[in-house]
Amino acid sequence: MSILLYEHSRILVQGITGQQGSFHTEKMLAYGTKIVAGVTPGKGGQRHLGVPIFNTVEQAVRAEQPDISVIFVPPLAAAEAIMEASHAGLKLVVCITEGIPVLDMLKVKNFLKERGTLLIGPNTPGIISPGKSKVGIMPAHIHQPGPVGIISRSGTLTYEAVYQLTNLGLGQSTAVGIGGDPIVGLKFTELLEMFKNDDQTQAVLLIGEIGGTAEEETAEYLKSSYYPKPVAAYVAGLTAPPGKRLGHAGAIIEGQQGTAAEKLKALKIAGVETIENPARLGKAIQKLLMGKN
Amino acid sequence: MLIHEFQAKKILKELGLLVPDGQVAETIEEAKNIAQELGFPVVLKAQILAGGRGKAGGIKTAKSAEEVGLQAASLLNARLVTLQTGPQGKLVKKILVEKYQEIKREFYFGLSVDRKNERLVALVSRQGGVEIEEQSRSQPELIKQEIFFPETGLYSFQRRNLAYFLDLPAEVIRIFMDYMEKLGSFFLSHDLKLLEINPLFLTETDQLVAGDIKMDFDDSGLAKHPELSPLEDLSELSLEEIRARKFKLNYLKMRGRIGCLVNGAGLAMATMDIIQYFGGQPANFLDIGGGVTEEAVSQAFEILLSDREVTSALVNIFGGIVRCDLVARGMVASARRISLQKPVVVRLEGTNVDEGKKILEESGLPFYFLSDFEAAARKAVELSQVKLKE
Repeated sequence: MSILLYEHSRILVQGITGQQGSFHTEKMLAYGTKIVAGVTPGKGGQRHLGVPIFNTVEQAVRAEQPDISVIFVPPLAAAEAIMEASHAGLKLVVCITEGIPVLDMLKVKNFLKERGTLLIGPNTPGIISPGKSKVGIMPAHIHQPGPVGIISRSGTLTYEAVYQLTNLGLGQSTAVGIGGDPIVGLKFTELLEMFKNDDQTQAVLLIGEIGGTAEEETAEYLKSSYYPKPVAAYVAGLTAPPGKRLGHAGAIIEGQQGTAAEKLKALKIAGVETIENPARLGKAIQKLLMGKN
Repeated sequence: MLIHEFQAKKILKELGLLVPDGQVAETIEEAKNIAQELGFPVVLKAQILAGGRGKAGGIKTAKSAEEVGLQAASLLNARLVTLQTGPQGKLVKKILVEKYQEIKREFYFGLSVDRKNERLVALVSRQGGVEIEEQSRSQPELIKQEIFFPETGLYSFQRRNLAYFLDLPAEVIRIFMDYMEKLGSFFLSHDLKLLEINPLFLTETDQLVAGDIKMDFDDSGLAKHPELSPLEDLSELSLEEIRARKFKLNYLKMRGRIGCLVNGAGLAMATMDIIQYFGGQPANFLDIGGGVTEEAVSQAFEILLSDREVTSALVNIFGGIVRCDLVARGMVASARRISLQKPVVVRLEGTNVDEGKKILEESGLPFYFLSDFEAAARKAVELSQVKLKE
């Protein structure tokens, strides 16, 4: 049935009248996403792209009962935007914005924990459940509905993976970008748990990258949970030099920690089909699905 | 953003904390003059943005003006190779000349973001001046940590826990408590990722003096603190890296022969990886980003191809926000400017791909089009191995 995002999901866009917000709201609407409200302080009462605008998330929630908020506000205002959505009772927030300071994100995480709000991102392309809805900035046309769940730390590399899958005739249940920043909301493990319980999903593709320990934690989780569905994984940055940040704020090898080789090794031991050639992301999943039937 | 030791020490001084008397020198003469003023012995410390200086010979002591001259001559304008600089090392342009400290003991004090557990950590060690990660494995009993959060900062009981753990003399406890409070507030108010004082000296006269400091600011937080921007030292970057920054390109020079131009950090890393997978070596990491302009693409392409070690290039664009036609226009503009000689393999997918290909084809320049990721990588590797005729 897909995870997190469904046909009937009601979406709120924070920062809807900004350049990025407008551009992607239009694309989301074209895909069929049910955008029910937008928030831009000072523009309440207007309509933008046919969507009613509110001054605060609280007002938007009262009038339109959205399930998910997607955030396109600048980095120094984005942490507050996430908290505003959580405070107004939203249960899922997707933050596209890149470059939120780490200390601000630590505050956000504590704030959300107390209120039980789930966060995707920041610095994510968003979520798409092909054929149903998309909440984010990914090019929709490369996707098709199907059995593969995708969880990824990057943007364009996810598109590459989706493209390879679709070319092989393998569609996707839901593709989730968890974000390239050091501190993000939901990670591989929580999403794997959701895919585990999703009947549409028959295999999961993980796309990790250097930095942090999310992939190692995932390996632990897969082992200890006797994960029932086949999982393939690629970790970008085998060639990355230590101590240098590669684009994403989170993609940096610190000391001995965070190398791609170590991550792949941990995942392999946990029974994951590890992929070393990024042109074979689709093929690896195809192999897993064929082995299953 | 990492800053130099001498810059961090200036910040500490402004916070009212003690650092050894000293000044920065850029010439041997300056070093001698500063040393004369301070009185001997002095310590000379190479100022580079990397750790591991002590073991690599980047810190020297001198007991006379002659020795200062010799030591300064050996440090200044030489490349210092430490465990953290990479094999090419870093050019030393400045040295910090400090008064030598008579000390009783040395400690470690650090504040950092614990990314895994999503919280902050304050750490002390009874024995400073050593590598703290190594010590936490070999002698964990020397280390104590307190976990805290940005909303509240370090509570005074936590600071007390750390201070008493170090067995400081009674009158120094209060000084160290104050020390931690000031640094903790600074850490939170200025969006630091890491603040390390190692070693932290307890002098013969029972004063706490910061021997060495490492301060690393969160790049994402810098927009909040414009007063910090003058501290950024770009001189350790290559000319290409400085040029790339000007056009908001994410560029990092590597040592291989295949130039890469990609949109998106993950895909850029994957492109480097696949080059290596097929036996080549990437010459760089380059993510042109989502909001890129035609001019920036053109600059990026020129940076790649003017690298003398580059013998071929691989352009891998998955157009989403970035349009393939914009990338193609940028490439053609710079290829004409530098009269392109090197073979370039191009793989374009996504937004406006046909228009992009058409622009490249009509340019008449030596582009190889391959729509398959793997085939494109193989071709770029193959072409890089063909020797260029100059």
